Amino acid sequence: MNMIVCVKQVIDPEAPPASFKIDAATNSVVPPAGVPPVISPFDEQAIEAALRIKDAKGGKITVISLGTGLLRDVVKKPLSMGADELILLEDPAFDGGDSWSTAAALAAAIKKVGEFDIVFCGRQAADWDSGQVGSGIAEILGLPSVTLAKKVEVGDSKVTVERVIPDGYEVVEVGLPALITVSNELGEPRYATIKGIMSAKRKEPIIWAPADLEIDTAQIGAAGRRVKMLRLFQPVREGACEIIEGEDEADAGANLAAKLAEVKLL
Amino acid sequence: MADNKGVLILAEVVDGKLAAIATELLGVGRKLADDLGEELGALLVGSEVSGIAQEAIAFGADKVYVVEAPALKDYRTDSYVPVVEKVAKEVMPKILLMGQNSVGRDLAPRAAFRLETSVSTDCVELAIDADSKQLLMTKPVYGGNARAIYTTESMPQMATLRVKAGEPLERDDARKGEVVNIDAGLDESAIRTTVKDTVLEEIKGIKLEDANIVISGGRGIGGPEGFQELEELARMLKGAVGASRPPCDSGWVPDTIQVGLTGKIVSPDLYIAVAISGSSQHLAGCGGSKNIVAINRDPEANIFKEAAYGVVGDWKKIIPAFKEKAKGLLA
Ligand SMILES: Cc1cc2nc3c(=O)[nH]c(=O)nc-3n(C[C@H](O)[C@H](O)[C@H](O)COP(=O)(O)OP(=O)(O)OC[C@H]3O[C@@H](n4cnc5c(N)ncnc54)[C@H](O)[C@@H]3O)c2cc1C
Ligand SMILES: Nc1ncnc2c1ncn2[C@@H]1O[C@H](COP(=O)(O)O)[C@@H](O)[C@H]1O
Repeated sequence: MNMIVCVKQVIDPEAPPASFKIDAATNSVVPPAGVPPVISPFDEQAIEAALRIKDAKGGKITVISLGTGLLRDVVKKPLSMGADELILLEDPAFDGGDSWSTAAALAAAIKKVGEFDIVFCGRQAADWDSGQVGSGIAEILGLPSVTLAKKVEVGDSKVTVERVIPDGYEVVEVGLPALITVSNELGEPRYATIKGIMSAKRKEPIIWAPADLEIDTAQIGAAGRRVKMLRLFQPVREGACEIIEGEDEADAGANLAAKLAEVKLL
Repeated sequence: MADNKGVLILAEVVDGKLAAIATELLGVGRKLADDLGEELGALLVGSEVSGIAQEAIAFGADKVYVVEAPALKDYRTDSYVPVVEKVAKEVMPKILLMGQNSVGRDLAPRAAFRLETSVSTDCVELAIDADSKQLLMTKPVYGGNARAIYTTESMPQMATLRVKAGEPLERDDARKGEVVNIDAGLDESAIRTTVKDTVLEEIKGIKLEDANIVISGGRGIGGPEGFQELEELARMLKGAVGASRPPCDSGWVPDTIQVGLTGKIVSPDLYIAVAISGSSQHLAGCGGSKNIVAINRDPEANIFKEAAYGVVGDWKKIIPAFKEKAKGLLA
């Protein structure tokens, strides 16, 4: 099995909400001081999905990440978890893109990698929460896609995917090659091993510029955008919480029930 | 692209009726169409859906496009994308809207790429800019920590609407509209996926999305036993139990009761968040509740910023006393 996993470096989405700041003048997010970026969590789960298949069937996992300011410690994490190769699309020309231009660049890189059976993406990147690059890559490459996977099992020439739906899941069968997007229901991604970390340290990523890909620079990065962001803002919170007290915690609990009954919420 | 006209929404059908999201899209779409002075169309796709056309009109559509074929009974990417492509090319809407649910999440991006346009997903507000007449698409980003307003020049302007973000119109069966049948023209050999099975979680009691009272537990509940206590309380209050993501990820409760950005969206009259810190991603699913009550031992927890009432302390002491008192009050 040859597998490709697309991972994105993002500001840690689990950083406390109070640390989140934007610069309204430039419509951009100010990375919180002292909080290092991470691989978008669903992308780590996409790596985990690929590793489980590698464990069962063997194979090669190639990781592709597009971005600028990619911290090596961060983007090498998939290698330390057990992936084999890391390709970075790290060029200013790729920067400032939207779903359209990001998918176009990633699809071109996947084509250049050439041989693959499954492309994995996360269900959505934890920055813009857009959830389209996976389907976009599939459309550009003419691949079937199954989104929101919680389990992926490889058979002879087919893959069986459990796809999350609101009250359960569907069991979907798809032929190879295919693109699959992964959701958190897949389960926790594994930790990096010491051995993995050591070998990841020694491994240099392959870096591709637009000229290495068969793609028109008008299609990538900011130049290829199809949506324009007019404004980025933080919604104001009203924040008037009435704290219910009591002689002790139990008493406060009883007082809460009385209060909610008084305001007709019970 | 001056030829594109009107608003078209995907009207999903559930159990032989318009889905709630379809009526919400019709409500939002109606306003947009009126602001443009153009038509509102509804697209019905399925195996036997023409009977629902009148319902779409009653909820605001001027025109209903019906595409029927046995192969369209259940949603599959490869059968629905070509239908949306065909209809979009025939009808040429200026705006094309779908719901942000398991269908729209899959269909909208793929259809947008097929149509060589763009889509803004998970919008909570859609409006027409008075000057440019462009669609303004407002979407929570960074898990809900911020919002972005997008526009696009590419046609149709596509967006998906978050569940419960739109208001349906009052149903009016006297409304008149036109029904247009469009041939599906499906090539079934091009459908590359097969749905082998659908496995549904059994729902006990009131559905989470429909409950007036929701009691949700977080990581601080500590295990499945704690959730049994919340269950009992919910039964007493005729509410439903929800959860933040960690209890679902840990297998204490089914994944299907996760509330949040990637879980269910609820907007009950009363949302009691027990041992939940109040991450932006969780609030994305419950922020629309009329009243949030927070029970948390950390007075600095973010949930208190969103709550109307709160108790600071250990839920294990607070909940039993709350239950006892509420029992007396309800008797
Ligand atoms: C892209 C993305 C999507 C996500 N989608 C969702 C989503 O849909 N829904 C969701 O919920 N999360 C989602 N998350 C995860 C989210 O970021 C948080 O990690 C999660 O919501 C935290 O859950 P929690 O509040 O239960 O846990 P924690 O943040 O660990 O908080 C536990 C709280 O319990 C309190 N506590 C502990 N013990 C007690 C006690 N005995 N009595 C009282 N209080 C106690 C603590 O003070 C603390 O505030 C998503 C994350 C990402 C990155
Ligand atoms: N810059 C990027 N580099 C690598 N993969 C990406 C990038 N952007 C998006 N992806 C992949 O596409 C998925 C969906 O992203 P999005 O559509 O931006 O929410 C992510 O979970 C990644 O797997």
